[in-house]
Amino acid sequence: MITVTDLSKRFKHHQVLNHLTLSFPSGTVTAIIGPNGSGKTTLMKCILGLVAPDTGDISVDRLGLGYMAQIARYPENLTAREVIEMIAGLHPDRTPVSTQQLVERFGLQQHLEKPMRALSGGTRQKVGAVIAMMFGPTALLLDEPTAGLDPVASERLKDLISEIRDQGATILITSHILSEIQELADRVVYLHEGSVLYSGDVDSLLAQTGAPTLSKAIAQMMGAPDEVAS
Amino acid sequence: MMTRLLNYVLRDIGRGRWVILYFAFFFVATEGLLFFTAGEAKTVVGLMNIVLLLIPLAATMFGTAHIHNSRDFIELMLSQPVKRSSIFTALYLGVALPFLAAFLLGTAIPTALHGILLSSSVLSLLATGSALTMVFFAIAFYIAIAVHDKAASLGLSFILWLFFAVLYDGIILAITVAFSDYPMETPTIVMVVLNPIDLARIIVMLTFDYAALMGYTGAVFQKFFGTPFGITISAVSLVLWTAVPFVAGLRAFNRKDW
Repeated sequence: MITVTDLSKRFKHHQVLNHLTLSFPSGTVTAIIGPNGSGKTTLMKCILGLVAPDTGDISVDRLGLGYMAQIARYPENLTAREVIEMIAGLHPDRTPVSTQQLVERFGLQQHLEKPMRALSGGTRQKVGAVIAMMFGPTALLLDEPTAGLDPVASERLKDLISEIRDQGATILITSHILSEIQELADRVVYLHEGSVLYSGDVDSLLAQTGAPTLSKAIAQMMGAPDEVAS
Repeated sequence: MMTRLLNYVLRDIGRGRWVILYFAFFFVATEGLLFFTAGEAKTVVGLMNIVLLLIPLAATMFGTAHIHNSRDFIELMLSQPVKRSSIFTALYLGVALPFLAAFLLGTAIPTALHGILLSSSVLSLLATGSALTMVFFAIAFYIAIAVHDKAASLGLSFILWLFFAVLYDGIILAITVAFSDYPMETPTIVMVVLNPIDLARIIVMLTFDYAALMGYTGAVFQKFFGTPFGITISAVSLVLWTAVPFVAGLRAFNRKDW
């Protein structure tokens, strides 16, 4: 469970987050969507501790937090195995539950001894997925997780996300691929200019917009957010 | 936790081609100067000129670029249960120490092979080169963290290097000429202490008899920096030149929104 209470953040003259209050229940996948500059990334970064909010509180189990960035850049002269071991070493009180299994699921065995600079963007993304999930996270934040992944790896990642959700984790995801959101998300939070225009489950959103699919509902919100808000 | 992270940053930087090139450059430059110039003093003066220009330039530019290029990695580290101060310290030491080792080995091996490693001038050159490495990496890290834009950050680092390495001496000269009717000993010493490159140059120069060739100025520097008090002031100044930008960088890192 992640809760955000009265969260605000301003960068110079731009109010990026405007008194957000949200809760993300355990055992659900919540898609955070909205147009560019709506505050999605800043909200994720506040939860991760990368950005300090001006006001508000965030309740999250930081030790159980897994994070998969959109761009997977790691120290280029370390091998994939060393990168995974490095992250494992930063959690001395926890034992990775499934590193070997994750490596096999993503087909990373033959890449483990290669330096990161020699790996393709997609393979580095797979290393990022292993790092995010290897401790069996209680909260998982995914920023455009399938960007750069091949179709097989993309499907495996979606399966894993569903499995982790079923184990009771709170999962937040941002993506511009609407079909992916439709496939994965149980709930949707729609941000517009730093404020929440919609927060609820997918069925309610479909009913509210009258759209036949989540993709169309989201597209409708992005096109005319005020109508949905009202 | 810091040492665990430092271990991996050291491995990453230590395997990089820049550190190997840096070592090779100092090795070839030192060996070349030893081969082509007659005498320890000329070799060390030649090396000093390289060290005083190249180390600050390499440290500021590489240090600044490294922080900006590691932004995604830093964000990943910040999402782990590790203190920000541990991440910053591991990054600073992990980047600066391999370059320090490359300089020391690249310079020490040829001088050892030629039997002059333990001379006071070579030792002072190694010490001041090491200090400049730590000073300018600390300055570079502070700039890279304080200035968000990479191009602006690199530009500022370059201007700072240009100021300390080239412009500062011109400013000192202009001031001493402008105020030539007044006693300038103390202001000159203060101005030297305020530039780590000038301070390093004076420390190395005073190990030679060349200080006498600098005339009155050399005598003033010899009188001050040649005493235990002057040596202490020099050492403390170089430590402060490292500590102040490091602490400023750490504070900026702790407060920064990524």
